[in-house]
Amino acid sequence: MNAMLPVNLDRDRLRAHHRLMWRIRALEEVALRGLDEKLVLGAIHPSIGQEAVAVGVVAHLAREDLLLSTHRGHGHTLAKGASSGAMLRELLGRDGGTCGGKGGSMHIADFGVGMLGANGVVAANIVIAAGAAHAVKLRGENRVVACFFGDGAINRGPFLEGLNWAAVFGLPVLFVCEDNRYAATTRTDTMTAGPGASARARSLGVPAEEVDGNDVLAVDEVAARLVGEIRAGGGPRLLHAHTWRVTGHTGADPGAYRSEDETRRGAALCPIRRARETLAIAGLILAELDGDEAEARREMEAAYAEAQAAPFPPFAAAFSDVQDIGAPQHAAAA
Amino acid sequence: MSELTYLEAGRLALAEEMRRDPLVWVVGEDLGRGGVFGQYRGLAAEFGPDRISDAPISEAAILGAAVGAAMMGTRPVVEMRFSDFALCAMDELVNQAAKARFMFGGQTRVPLVVREPIGMWRSSAAQHSQSLEAWYAHVPGLVVACPATPACNKGLLKAAIRCDDPVVYMEHKGLWPMEGEVPDDPDFTVPFGEARLVAEGGEATIVAWSAAVHVAADAAQTLAADGIWVDLIDLRTLWPWDESTVRRSVRKTGRLLVAHEAVTVAGFGAEIVATIAEAEAASLRAPPRRLGSPRAPVAYAPTAEAALHVTAEMIAGAVREMVQGAPR
Ligand SMILES: Cc1ncc(C[n+]2csc(CCOP(=O)(O)OP(=O)(O)O)c2C)c(N)n1
Ligand SMILES: [Mg+2]
Repeated sequence: MNAMLPVNLDRDRLRAHHRLMWRIRALEEVALRGLDEKLVLGAIHPSIGQEAVAVGVVAHLAREDLLLSTHRGHGHTLAKGASSGAMLRELLGRDGGTCGGKGGSMHIADFGVGMLGANGVVAANIVIAAGAAHAVKLRGENRVVACFFGDGAINRGPFLEGLNWAAVFGLPVLFVCEDNRYAATTRTDTMTAGPGASARARSLGVPAEEVDGNDVLAVDEVAARLVGEIRAGGGPRLLHAHTWRVTGHTGADPGAYRSEDETRRGAALCPIRRARETLAIAGLILAELDGDEAEARREMEAAYAEAQAAPFPPFAAAFSDVQDIGAPQHAAAA
Repeated sequence: MSELTYLEAGRLALAEEMRRDPLVWVVGEDLGRGGVFGQYRGLAAEFGPDRISDAPISEAAILGAAVGAAMMGTRPVVEMRFSDFALCAMDELVNQAAKARFMFGGQTRVPLVVREPIGMWRSSAAQHSQSLEAWYAHVPGLVVACPATPACNKGLLKAAIRCDDPVVYMEHKGLWPMEGEVPDDPDFTVPFGEARLVAEGGEATIVAWSAAVHVAADAAQTLAADGIWVDLIDLRTLWPWDESTVRRSVRKTGRLLVAHEAVTVAGFGAEIVATIAEAEAASLRAPPRRLGSPRAPVAYAPTAEAALHVTAEMIAGAVREMVQGAPR
């Protein structure tokens, strides 16, 4: 353990990060239980172990800023300000979910807080984020768009097309590559030519930084700089965050394709534990820090219980919000 | 009324809508110099490069960015150059544009128009000639428009731009120079799902859209000269399609022929014929029929390209068989 404290440590800020990381972890642990209990119906992709990237980056987004996420998007969504109650209802496919139970984990979205959607298609959100930023620029607004994606996404065309687009039009986008070294069961370095996301970004003239994505203060610091440059009109930036996915790819995946050694080393990088150690050295009482965890767990347990009590959406939800012109007609939907 | 070409009518529709609504903007390759067919000539000078925006050759980004920009409240019109190139943006259109409103539980709308010029034209060969309108009609969330005349190209494009749903807007390349009377009223729009009756008669119903309407109109003239009068229906939009007009006509004539340029197999004619077979079996005096292209890619050589054309003779022949009974 490193007993050195970061210079200029903002204890309150780190404490807030600690709380939020616990809220994300607790939400996903409850969701995993929901999967076992057959209440969470579809696949979920936990971000356990990766919370620091979401928390450190989203800390620099204001409510009117925008965010686009991936299949592994619970952390980003909660950090952007979505309610845990609505999120868990969505995961359980219930009325009152963020998307009325029609999207589930992979399409979770809360436009009210600027969270423009997770996406079930790897890399698809990158060009959509560029477009959201394009609209921001056309309308002369001062908003930043953050776009998260995995290390596997950089091998799809929209990564090139979206970064090129954002650079050519000088758009306010922070691209965040959460590099957890795996895409599903495949080690990404076996399928990726060259050194990866940041090098590819730089080749397009998009300034990029690499960061230890399990160190929330490091992410916070570099995100502050990058978002500041974007807000100042500097055009897009890319943050390449190295992190580790503690669970398998989905809630049902034991992740057996990773070596025991790799798994052990990855787990030791836990960003919450690291924040806790720093806070303890800075003089916080451990019991208080335990309280952050307990409070987060209480919140998520209550949200989970409420979600279970919520009804499923009505039959007619199958036919609503498809389209206005030529909307589906279904006798039983009325 | 003004005499305009199909191409000019589309350009006028766009200009009028851009004047009316500052949130409308256009994005695609080479638009600053007027677009590949000249559909955008002069517009960059009036609206500037932000609203008539050039784009990199990145079809996925053009359409994907339009989805993001539409979700943010602007109204993008996307130019895909040839409908064939839109296939590079199928995820963005089918998984994103068509799904966002539904899967996010109604939190957002995607009011975009994708212009996808279709059809066989001047030996454009296999990758610049396709008519894939049936693909889009199959996808919940999309509206599909296939204008056949200058007036329709004005009114339908305006309706598409004003529509809050994503619209796949398929102009036929062969129709660009076609001239016709176009209403001057800047609020003239063509409603989706309302067919146009091109010719009227009691012996048979011919349904067509896009360039095939004109081929069928020639056939109707030939037939009329022989004393066979037909209803010719220009469907104008495939989703929604004007089922009630077609059914009303078939109840009168008892005979249905659908003619389209697209491949017959799993073409939209199959949907229409199946619907009528199910719903109007009692009215039918002959088995309903389809005419379309054989299931072959489009060739470059004019002789081989022509092998795929649905001609006026074929349409007239099919109607004659239906009316008089197949020749032995
Ligand atoms: C276009 C597409 N191909 C394949 C998949 C299936 N898939 C879902 S997540 C995933 C791995 C993505 O890896 P990465 O981008 O590194 O993100 P991570 O899961 O590691 O967060 C794959 C292959 C998909 N959803 N979309
Ligand atoms: Mg990964």
